[in-house]
Amino acid sequence: MKRRRLLLLGPALGWWAVFLVVPVGLVIAYSVFQRGTYGGVVPTFTLDNLVRAFDPLYLRVFLFSLRVAVITTVIALVIGYPTAYLIATLPRRWRTPVLVLVILPFWTSLLIRTYAWIVLLNGEGLINHGLESLGLIRVPLPLLYNEFAIVLGLVYGYLPLMILPIYSSIERLQPELREASADLGGNPLRTFLRVTLPLTLPGLAAGCIFVFVPSLGNFIVPDLLGGGLSIMVGNLIQAQFLKARDWPFGAVLSLALIAMMGALLFVQAWLQDRDRRQAIDA
Amino acid sequence: MNIRRTHGTGRRALALLGVLALIVAACGSAASPTPEKPSGKIVVSNWDLYFPEDLIKNFTAETGVEVEWSKHTTNEDIVGKLDASNGNGFDIVFVSAPFAEGLNNRGWAEALDHGKLANVGNLAPEADKLGYDVGNKFSVPYTWGTTGLCYRSDLVTGTPSSWNDLLKPSAQLDKKITALATDRWLMLPALKSLGYSVNETDEAKLNQARDLLIEAKKHLLAYDDTTFYSKLVSGEALLVEAWDGWCNYGITDNADIKFVIPSEGSDLWSDTMVILKSSKNKAAAYAFIDYILRPEVAKTVVDLTLYKVPNPKAMALVDAATLAAYPNLAMTGAELLKGEPERDLGAAAPTWARIVAEITAGQ
Amino acid sequence: MRSWAWGRRLLRAEFGLVVAFLYLPIVVVVGLSFNASGQPTAWTGFSLDWYASVLANDALLQAFRNTLIVGSVTTVIATVIGTLLALGLERTVRSSLLDSLVFVPMIVPDIVLAIALLSFYNLVFAGLLHLELGLWTVILSHVVFDIAFVAVVVRTRLRNFDRSIEEASLDLGANERRTFFNITLPAIAPGVIAGGLLAFTLSFDEFIIAFFTKGTVETFPTQVYSMIRFGVTPEVNAIATVVLLISITLVLVSQRLREADV
Repeated sequence: MKRRRLLLLGPALGWWAVFLVVPVGLVIAYSVFQRGTYGGVVPTFTLDNLVRAFDPLYLRVFLFSLRVAVITTVIALVIGYPTAYLIATLPRRWRTPVLVLVILPFWTSLLIRTYAWIVLLNGEGLINHGLESLGLIRVPLPLLYNEFAIVLGLVYGYLPLMILPIYSSIERLQPELREASADLGGNPLRTFLRVTLPLTLPGLAAGCIFVFVPSLGNFIVPDLLGGGLSIMVGNLIQAQFLKARDWPFGAVLSLALIAMMGALLFVQAWLQDRDRRQAIDA
Repeated sequence: MNIRRTHGTGRRALALLGVLALIVAACGSAASPTPEKPSGKIVVSNWDLYFPEDLIKNFTAETGVEVEWSKHTTNEDIVGKLDASNGNGFDIVFVSAPFAEGLNNRGWAEALDHGKLANVGNLAPEADKLGYDVGNKFSVPYTWGTTGLCYRSDLVTGTPSSWNDLLKPSAQLDKKITALATDRWLMLPALKSLGYSVNETDEAKLNQARDLLIEAKKHLLAYDDTTFYSKLVSGEALLVEAWDGWCNYGITDNADIKFVIPSEGSDLWSDTMVILKSSKNKAAAYAFIDYILRPEVAKTVVDLTLYKVPNPKAMALVDAATLAAYPNLAMTGAELLKGEPERDLGAAAPTWARIVAEITAGQ
Repeated sequence: MRSWAWGRRLLRAEFGLVVAFLYLPIVVVVGLSFNASGQPTAWTGFSLDWYASVLANDALLQAFRNTLIVGSVTTVIATVIGTLLALGLERTVRSSLLDSLVFVPMIVPDIVLAIALLSFYNLVFAGLLHLELGLWTVILSHVVFDIAFVAVVVRTRLRNFDRSIEEASLDLGANERRTFFNITLPAIAPGVIAGGLLAFTLSFDEFIIAFFTKGTVETFPTQVYSMIRFGVTPEVNAIATVVLLISITLVLVSQRLREADV
C-alpha cells in the first residue's frame, strides 16, 4: 500500500516540491524583507509590507475582482453545463470530435481572439455597425472598455475550462440511471435535479474553480477589453513585481491571494467530503 | 660521441619541443584573442519590428558575428526578467531611458569605453546631455522623441494646445480620448499641466496629479499604448496622448491627423542600448552598437519606425518626402532638449505604483 | 417522451448559440486574414498576401514549431503524472486538506510562478550547472500547472468509480498492473483524454511563464505577443487561421483513423 502510494503520488509531489514549493516559497519569503532602493531585495526583516497590504485601496481592487470573477463563473456555468451535457449525451462516436470542435478556437492565441473581440465590440466595430445598419440602434452601444467587456472576455477565455470537467463527469454516468428515473415517473427536469446534477457535482465544482481562480488573477483582459480603466488583483500583483519592482510587497499581495483562495478550496473540499460521507451513511 | 645516440635523443627532444611549442601557441592564441576582431555570437533583447529587416543580416555578413534577437513586449517585462536572473542572459538590451538608469543603479550595466565605439561621434551633441545618463556612460541612445497630443484635425474644432485639452476635454471629445497606459506617461499630462517634473517624488504633488487624473478618467475611452493611432484613423477617438513616432503611424493612414506638443511642455523619451556587465562577448556587442551608429544604418531605423534618431548625419539622409509627410521628424536636438527626460524613480517607485493603482482602480 | 424532445431541442439551440459565440472572433480573424488591407476598417478585396508573408516569416514558423514541441511533451508528461496523482488522491488519501493541495499550482498567480521559476533556474541551471534556458525549461514549468488540471479532470471520472470490476479482474487472476491497463485505464480514458486536451490547450497558449523561462527562443504566444506592438497585424491573423486549419485537419484525420479501427 505504501509503495503504491509512493508510485501514484510521488511523481507529482516530487515535481511540485522542486519546481513549485521551493521557487515560490523563496519568493513568498521575501514578503518579510525590504525592497532595495533600486529594486531587488534587502535581507532586513520588516513587517512594513504586511501592514501596507491592509490599505483600503487594495481591498477595493480585490472586491471588484471578486465580483467580476463570481459573475464570470456563474455565467460560464449557466452556459457551460448545458453544452457539456449535450456533448456528453451524443452518440459515442461524436463525443470527442464535437468536444474538440468546442476546444478548437482555443488553439488560436487568446490574444488574437481578444483583439478580434475589440474589432467586434468597439464603437466603430462590426457589431455596432451591424446593428446600426439593421436600424436597431442609432447611437453605438458601449460594449467595450467596461465591466461588460471584461466579463465577456473572461467567460470567453475560460469556458472550455468549465466544459471539460463537467463533460468528464456527465459522460461516465450511465444513461440507464436517467432512463430509470424517467420510467419511474420523474419528468426530465426532476431527473436532472435529483439524479444527474448531484452526481455531476464534482465536475461542476471543478469547473467553477477552473474558471473562478484564473478569472480572479487575470490581468490581460482588464487591460485590453477593460481599457485599463478598472484594474483587478492580477494587475495589482503584476504592477508590484514589474513596475514598482517591489518584490516584497508583491509577495505579500500574492500570499494574501493564495491564502484566500486556498481557504476557499479547502472549504469546498471539506464540504464535498462531508456530502460524500453523508451519502454513504444514508 | 656516439652519433647515432645523439641523433636519436636530439630528434626526440626536437619533436617534444615542437609539440610543446604547438601547445603553447594554441593555448596562447586561445588565451589572448586578437582584441580588434569581434566574433562569435551575441544575444540582443529588443522589441519586435524595431530592427530594420536587413540590419542584423548585413551586420552578420560583414562581421561574421551572429546576432540572436530575443523579443520583449514592454520595458517592464525585460527588466523583470533581468531582476529574476540577476542581470544575466543577454549581451545587449534595448530599454527606454529610465529603465536603463535603473539597470545601471542595480550594477548590471557595463561602463562604456567610448574608445571602442568609433562612430560615437555621429551622435548629436544634445545626446550627450540626457539627464538619465549624461555623457552616455552606460547607454547609447537608439531613438528619441517626445510625447504630445495626436488628433484628427478634420473632426476636432479648434487646435489643441494644452494638456488640459486631454484632462478636461470639451463635450465633443467626451469618451473620444485615450491616454497612454504605461505609468510614466500616464502621469505625464497631469504633472506637466500642474507645472511639476515628470520625475516628481513629492507625495503632495503626486496626489494632486492623481486627483486630476481620477477626474479625467471619467471622460476617457481607454488607456491605450498600442492601438491609439488606429482609433484615430477609425474615428473611435478624436484626440489621444501619443509618442511622436506613433502619431506618424496614424498620419500614414490619414493625412488629417496632426501632432502637437502642449504649451506646458513635455518629456524627452529615448530608447537606449545597454551592454550588460554579464555579457561574455563585449567586443561583439560594441561592434553591433557601433554598426548601428553608422548614418546609413541609423537612417533605415528612421524609415522603419518613423522615429527620430539622435544621429544628425542619419537624419540628413532621410528623404524630403518623408520629412514633409511627418513634420515631427524634423525636430532638432535643441528642440527636443526642451523636454524633460524620464529618470529612474529609485525609492519612489512603490509610491508611483500606488498612485497609479488609485487612479486605475474601479469604482 | 415528448418532453424529452422539447428539452433536447432547447439544448441543441443553446449549443448552437454557444458555438456561434465561440467562433464569432474566429470568423473575424479568418475574414481579416483574407482582407487585402488587413484592417478591420475596410474590406479592400480578397488577398493571399498575408499568407505568403507568413510562409516567409521564419521567426513565426519556428516559434510555432517550438510551441508544438513544448505542448506535446508537456501534455504527455503532465497527463501521466496527473493521472497517477488522481488515482493516488482518490484511493489512498482520506484528508480533504491534502485533497485540496492539488489546486495549489493553480492558485499561485502566474507572474509569481514565472519569476520564481526564472530565479530558480538562473540559480541552479545557469549558475551551478551552466545550462542555458530554452524549450526544456518551459516544459518543466508548464508541467507544474498542467499536472493539477489533469488530476482534477481525471478525478471527476474516478468519483464513485465502480471498483467491483477491478476486484473481479484481480479475483480472476490478473495482477495489479494488468488490471490497471486493461480495466481501469479504458474506463477512465475519456477523463484522461479530456485532461490531456486541457493540458495541451493551456500550454499551447501560455505566455507569461513561457516568456520568463524560455531563455532566448520564442514560443508562439511570446512571438505573437511581441508582434502585437501595433495591434494585430494581418500576418498574425493569417497564421491564426493556418493554425486553425491544421487543427481541423488533425481532428478529421484522427477521426477517420478511429473509424477505420472500429
